[in-house]
Amino acid sequence: MSLRVLWLQSGGCGGCTMSLLCAESPDLPATLEGAGIELLWHPSLSEASGGEVRALLAAAAAGEAPVDALCVEGSLLRGPHGSGRFHLFAGTGVPLVEWVRRIAAHARYVLGIGSCAAFGGVTAGGGNPTEACGLQYEGDRPGGLLGAGFRSAAGLPVINVAGCPTHPGWVTETLSLLALGELGAADLDPFARPRLYADHLVHHGCARNEFYEYKASAEKASDQGCLMENLGCLGTQAHADCNTRPWNGGGSCTSGGYACINCTAPEFEEPGHPFQTTPKIAGIPIGLPTDMPKAWFVALASLSKAATPSRLRRNATADHTVEAPRIRSTKYR
Amino acid sequence: MARITVGPFNRVEGDLEVHLDVEGDRVAGARVNSPLYRGFEQILQDKDPLDTLVIVPRICGICSVSQSAAAAAALAQAQGLEPPPNGELALNLLLACENLADHLTHFYLFFMPDFARPVYAGEPWFEAAAGRFRALTGSAGREALAARAQFLHLMGMLAGKWPHTLSLRPGGSTRPVEAQERVRLLAILAAFRRFLEHTLFGDALEAVAALDSDAALRTWTAQAPGRGDFRRFLAIADALGLERLGRAADRFMSYGSYPAGGERLFRAGVWDGSPRPLDPAAIAEDLSHSWMDGPAEPLHPAAGLTRPDADRAAAYSWCKAPRLGGAVVEVGALARQVVDGHPLVRELVAAGGGNVRNRVVARLLEIARVVPEMERWVRTLRPGAPFCHHAPRPEAAAGAGLVEAARGSLGHWLEVRGGRIHNYQIIAPTTWNFSPRDAGGTPGPLEQALVGAPVRAGETDPVAVQHIVRSFDPCMVCTVH
Repeated sequence: MSLRVLWLQSGGCGGCTMSLLCAESPDLPATLEGAGIELLWHPSLSEASGGEVRALLAAAAAGEAPVDALCVEGSLLRGPHGSGRFHLFAGTGVPLVEWVRRIAAHARYVLGIGSCAAFGGVTAGGGNPTEACGLQYEGDRPGGLLGAGFRSAAGLPVINVAGCPTHPGWVTETLSLLALGELGAADLDPFARPRLYADHLVHHGCARNEFYEYKASAEKASDQGCLMENLGCLGTQAHADCNTRPWNGGGSCTSGGYACINCTAPEFEEPGHPFQTTPKIAGIPIGLPTDMPKAWFVALASLSKAATPSRLRRNATADHTVEAPRIRSTKYR
Repeated sequence: MARITVGPFNRVEGDLEVHLDVEGDRVAGARVNSPLYRGFEQILQDKDPLDTLVIVPRICGICSVSQSAAAAAALAQAQGLEPPPNGELALNLLLACENLADHLTHFYLFFMPDFARPVYAGEPWFEAAAGRFRALTGSAGREALAARAQFLHLMGMLAGKWPHTLSLRPGGSTRPVEAQERVRLLAILAAFRRFLEHTLFGDALEAVAALDSDAALRTWTAQAPGRGDFRRFLAIADALGLERLGRAADRFMSYGSYPAGGERLFRAGVWDGSPRPLDPAAIAEDLSHSWMDGPAEPLHPAAGLTRPDADRAAAYSWCKAPRLGGAVVEVGALARQVVDGHPLVRELVAAGGGNVRNRVVARLLEIARVVPEMERWVRTLRPGAPFCHHAPRPEAAAGAGLVEAARGSLGHWLEVRGGRIHNYQIIAPTTWNFSPRDAGGTPGPLEQALVGAPVRAGETDPVAVQHIVRSFDPCMVCTVH
């Protein structure tokens, strides 16, 4: 099997491509080759430039050059005033949104790479000065550039490999499954994110879990404790496997010392409160774990806080371990 | 005179279009356009000041840590904060890791593949260069990608992930280092050093950093022809005369970089044949040829405006035109090294100014100079001592964050009123290098560097133009933020 991929970038930062280049075990060229993925053109990786690329695009838009997977990175800029002039595709004078509409009409699959292309992302933040949207979503509302009813030639909606940036493994595994013909509608979650990573929560495998269990909370950036109570962590609600699938050899946001901002979700860019601050009512965080009844959470939290071992209480507000676990000798094994 | 438009211009970060006036076989004039606008300065209005740490890295996926570092520095000034020694070292390590990874990406993935183009098929060096540097299939790209990914494990450990980390703070880093992690960091750096010494340089980093003249560089190249990709580049550069290609204004600026214990590894300043002090108050942005509404007089970024106007007459780019004391300046690794006073770079610039070869040489030299410093910074880390200082959110304050990204001088100017962002202005390195004309009609550095570039018969995407553009390692998404 093989998969011919055309990759376009619009109103994003190129970060999803830069993240993709960090693919490991095996590296990116080996992964693509092994999966039979052929890059028809990629703006950072291909030699072809200028006229060669304009010819390829024209052929793809006319349905004459087969594109198996159209990958779009970055949000789609419809402004100013619906003209698309905030992003004319260089050398063509034609808005990129127009190229995407034309090529998507023929592609077997269309993928939004990263939260910008999926939902609008950070580029759609604030007053959204560029009228940015995703391929098939505008924030959490279906629609976007291609419309809620859009289905690619293979009958699928736009596949949203959301994340800011997206993890290299999320992209290579999605493309590899498409190349094998093994990714269908049932493999996408309600926001059309591949369930291969979206059926997990960032909370799963978080190294701060012991602090979470006892509600031993960090109070300031660089503390070791749980980041949920005070520093805005959304790991218990965020759909991604960041703490079980490492980033850059072993990292994740929470292991890096800062809160999960739920970057795989629509509208993460406008949480309605300062990032890294937990909004509370009567001292209780308003955004509790999605699948836990609030009353139970409050009851359990007060119990576990009462039972917090001194080791966790002290370590939670320090930037390194000040009290190590005690060795307890027991004859019962 | 013929007019040609070159684009899409790939293997640069972001979107770029170049309009050329061609007379005979030479470029007579150039206009540089970034045909993409996103509006981060507008998006930041009225946000919580600390939210900049989430938003500004997303300006750019290739230099997101640089954007974070500039924002953190601007906030630090606004909050009156200074990081503890560990925090300063951690911030240096993160910025250096990104900058060097950028230099590597640029050399192997963006710049060298042009020498595998069919236009060079008749050259004696072509077969070897194409096998090594061809995009996607060349042997070098694969080796470099693997080395880069492993080098970026430093980010995984010290910053959680890359790009778009949130670990950089006004008062240091959120990620303390434990004793055993310190030795892991040394192992990561040792592996990167091994790649550089074996594959890129074919020699010890210290030997490359010690090259102090053009003669020394030539002797070193001749000592072991073809050993290491740097020597392979120098041979091609000689064959093609890349030292005569892409000269701009020969006025260079650096904000200085990597503070440690009250000193900076690379000093700040201006170089126009002799060293001059840098006066950040003399920076102003001109809007005359930008799709931006605003006054005719250039404004200092602390009072700058970003109001897009796609219908503005005489405009041809989303990029503004920053000037220093009214003058065009070039920024980047070459500027950093000439301002800092590295003897090899001073001599190369004295002989040929800023040109395609010298820009690449400075970038690779910087890799050789900075990796040993990174090793020293890691050894200086003190596990158990603080990595981050803290202060309340500012209510009313202003601050500027001036850092050196891989591509050169990056400045953020922040004003806070009533606890919210009142104004936020950014001048990125490529904004300096790829600026359009100013009100006086003076072209920006790249526009100047393209004049005189050769155009071969029948070329619609002239390869010399590609070399010149890419010698700046442009980052267009930063340019138009």
